[in-house]
Amino acid sequence: MTVEIRTKSVKPLSLSFGHLQRRFGDKPATRYQEATYDIQSTANFHYKPLWDPEREMFDARRTAVTMKDWYALKDPRQFYYGNYTTTRAKQQDAIDRTLDFIEKRDLLRALPVDVRDLIVHAIVPLRHYEWGANTGSAHVAAYGYGTAITSPAMMNTMDRLGMAQHISRIGLLLDGNSGDSLSAAHALWTDHADWQGLRREVERMFVTRDWFEVFVAQLLVADALVYPLFFQHIDAAIAGGNGSALSSLTDYLMRWFDETAKWIDAVIKTAVAENADNKALISGWVLTWRDRLVPALTPIVQHALGNQSEDAVAAVVAAFNSRAAKLGLSV
Amino acid sequence: MATTSTQPVFIALQANNDTMPIIEAIRQDNPNAVVHEYPAMVKIDCPGRLVIRRESVEEHLGRDFDLREIQINMISIAGNVDESDEEFVLEWKTH
Amino acid sequence: MAAEGNAKPAKKLSLKENYALLTRGLGWEPSYEKKEDIFRTIDFEGVVIHDWDKWEDPFRLTMDAYWKYQGEKERKLYAIIDAFQQNNGQFNVTDARYVQALKVFINGITELEYLSHRGFNMLAREFPGVGPRIAAQMQSLDELRHATTQIHTISQYAKYFTGMNEFPYQFDRVWYLSIPKSFFEDAVTSGPFEFIVAISFAFEYVLTNLAFMPWMSGAAFNGDMATVSFGFSAQSDEARHMTLGIEVIKFLLEQDPANVPLVQKWIDKWFWRGYRLLSLLATMMDYMLPKRVMAWNEAWEIYYEQNGGALFADLARYGIKPPKRAPETIAEKGHVAHQMWSVFYANRDAVGFQMWLPSEEEMAWMSEKYPDTFDQYYRPRYEYWKAMEAAGTPFKNTTLPQLCQVCQWPCLFTDSGDPTTLSLRETEYQGQTFHMCSDGCKDIFDDTPEKYVHAWLPVHQIYQGNCFLPGVDPTAPDFNPMYEALRYMGIKPGVDNGDFKGGADATNWEKWTSRPANIHEGAYTDAVRDSHIKS
Repeated sequence: MTVEIRTKSVKPLSLSFGHLQRRFGDKPATRYQEATYDIQSTANFHYKPLWDPEREMFDARRTAVTMKDWYALKDPRQFYYGNYTTTRAKQQDAIDRTLDFIEKRDLLRALPVDVRDLIVHAIVPLRHYEWGANTGSAHVAAYGYGTAITSPAMMNTMDRLGMAQHISRIGLLLDGNSGDSLSAAHALWTDHADWQGLRREVERMFVTRDWFEVFVAQLLVADALVYPLFFQHIDAAIAGGNGSALSSLTDYLMRWFDETAKWIDAVIKTAVAENADNKALISGWVLTWRDRLVPALTPIVQHALGNQSEDAVAAVVAAFNSRAAKLGLSV
Repeated sequence: MATTSTQPVFIALQANNDTMPIIEAIRQDNPNAVVHEYPAMVKIDCPGRLVIRRESVEEHLGRDFDLREIQINMISIAGNVDESDEEFVLEWKTH
Repeated sequence: MAAEGNAKPAKKLSLKENYALLTRGLGWEPSYEKKEDIFRTIDFEGVVIHDWDKWEDPFRLTMDAYWKYQGEKERKLYAIIDAFQQNNGQFNVTDARYVQALKVFINGITELEYLSHRGFNMLAREFPGVGPRIAAQMQSLDELRHATTQIHTISQYAKYFTGMNEFPYQFDRVWYLSIPKSFFEDAVTSGPFEFIVAISFAFEYVLTNLAFMPWMSGAAFNGDMATVSFGFSAQSDEARHMTLGIEVIKFLLEQDPANVPLVQKWIDKWFWRGYRLLSLLATMMDYMLPKRVMAWNEAWEIYYEQNGGALFADLARYGIKPPKRAPETIAEKGHVAHQMWSVFYANRDAVGFQMWLPSEEEMAWMSEKYPDTFDQYYRPRYEYWKAMEAAGTPFKNTTLPQLCQVCQWPCLFTDSGDPTTLSLRETEYQGQTFHMCSDGCKDIFDDTPEKYVHAWLPVHQIYQGNCFLPGVDPTAPDFNPMYEALRYMGIKPGVDNGDFKGGADATNWEKWTSRPANIHEGAYTDAVRDSHIKS
């Protein structure tokens, strides 16, 4: 059957969904807008959640932050499932080639034993930090309010699993796929004094119930300290005299960090600008978590950087403070 | 390891160019399989157990094949799944 | 690190080993905080788990593989959606009646995908084991995919046809959409183990095949390339999810014998609740597809009686029995689609899509497919209503129907064994009488009345005056309660609802495509007659 549509004579009844027209006017909507705005239910809930009978299933009161419109917290990357997965697939494809290159030439196993030991000691345990971050982002995605924030939090949850697995691969490249470096890193994470400060704070985030506070603690504060300290400062210290094999793998993590920071910053800036209470509340969280996390990270950074560690920590904290100030926070 | 069950397992695949070699491999390795064609979909029933072997798919496809690629065109399955590098197996354990 | 390890070449990892190394060791036993403060929702249901590591992941997907394969699926799907939009594919479907089914889809099903996403997200946060958490995370993201791809596909239809433009708003408010909404909210507000048994096993593993495989194949048969593409692409994720469903059941049953009666209770409950929800698809398959692939009763035989039979035979070794109310579903399979269509037709002024009576061709098909029921019970009803339409006195319900307190369907079903008696059940609870449509729903109410008394029953709410927009004055002389309730629900009275013939979609369709809006009845308007004369 051939269909000849007299397309010129066909005028659509509307150019976008009603809820998008009310926000943006009757004009074609982007796929990000279609997939995001007003998707979460807001009314006429049927039952009391057995796991939280005081509140509704979706309830804005699971955080102390308040917003007139939760859809103001938009993602500048405009991720919906399709462009999120294809973006990550493309990035993964590129890093796969790097992993393959390093594996074929045994570049990490060719490093001197003390350098390999240092990577196992100071980098590989971060797979557990990422798994902790996965829990934090899953918490935001599960209990957050409005698709605009929960949807990218879901994607971030999966990103963190991906980063945990990427760091695990660094371990496997060091141990020739025996898994010994992963067991060693697990023991370091659970028992070695250098890592206990950080693990303590990660576990504290696990019992923090306000999802926006978890977002601030994990994604804004902890990541802003951990990523540059380990994947720039410690990475640079290892690369000095040992070639760039490790850096070609940590570069992936830093690129991901920079991309994700755009989303984090947009969310924080908007929430802080919304009202004075939000600004005071979020600023307080930032100070509290920064002042917990900096001393928590110090032992492992000292182990890796020795007498350069103080400068490195100071530089990273200064960069963080200036980023926070730009977002409108009082720190 | 053979199952004694004769309860039907099935796999349904999108009917397209990518799945033709998979369907051929299934026919070859599962003499009891019955192939049903529907609009845009092929459903293959088999009593007890159905196996997709990587090597057989590669034979029909003419290139290396990762069994996980099946997921791109798989519509549905019934039966317990066991997936390794060599085989994708669906089976019922008991009668 | 043992230096001598480096002398040997790197070991080649199998899929299983690679997965195990990259996932299993990620978690740890917390020591700074108590485990019960971290995972707070897993104890209250009474499920006993001794060892989370006994969980078997059937699909050993690491994130790199997930992104790669899902990215590939998305590239393929969006290439089709783009082509569909550029070529006005919405006009290539069989006729404009088919589009009415898509309205049910976007308004009633898309938000379920979203609720599923959020429900799995809670498990993704709360399960202590790494394996099940990752499985729940991937499923949560997949469900977000399904909501997203449905919106992106159907948005093209929404631009050209009525009643699809307010799907999130309608989902929270329209009276019959409380059927799917209450179903999924019931699951999400339960504990995590009940949720996963309900959704992964009872709903996805046991029931969704029968809805989505024949339905999507039907979409292809009716020329809807975009819908079949998202449908089958989503089903490829579902195949993973169904496998999660059966693994969950095996894991729970193997962990402790105390779990068996709990699991059995949830299977009985959610099989029935899922069956009631999905029988909506019975109507869509039998009445809304202009060209049909399979009748509901055939689908039920293949996908429940045969495949469900195989599944429950497999689970018998754990002491699990087939769902308690399965016999009722088999007894009803010749009736549900017809009973539902009758109720929608009678209430067509109160629904958000446009209705018609089946044509002669369709009734002949139903007589053939339903030899034991159609001619005896339903053909005479349709013929009577046709005569009323022809006489200019069409039959309409002017009041809203009594809803079941549990499934929220109108109490429209008949007693199994007696298709001429309505099935009505009731229970007294705290001095009030609650009404149910069936023994299956009464079982559920009686087990947890304290939960179901909270149900937001739309018909009750409308009659209590809770469903009017702000500013509406019920004491005004020209106040029309039905009109105002429809406006509250996001249904445009006189546009979205009523008769298909003469309605906006049928009229626009013929104007735009020069083809009949109902292929079985010929042209309704001159737009088609003209073009036929010219050609």
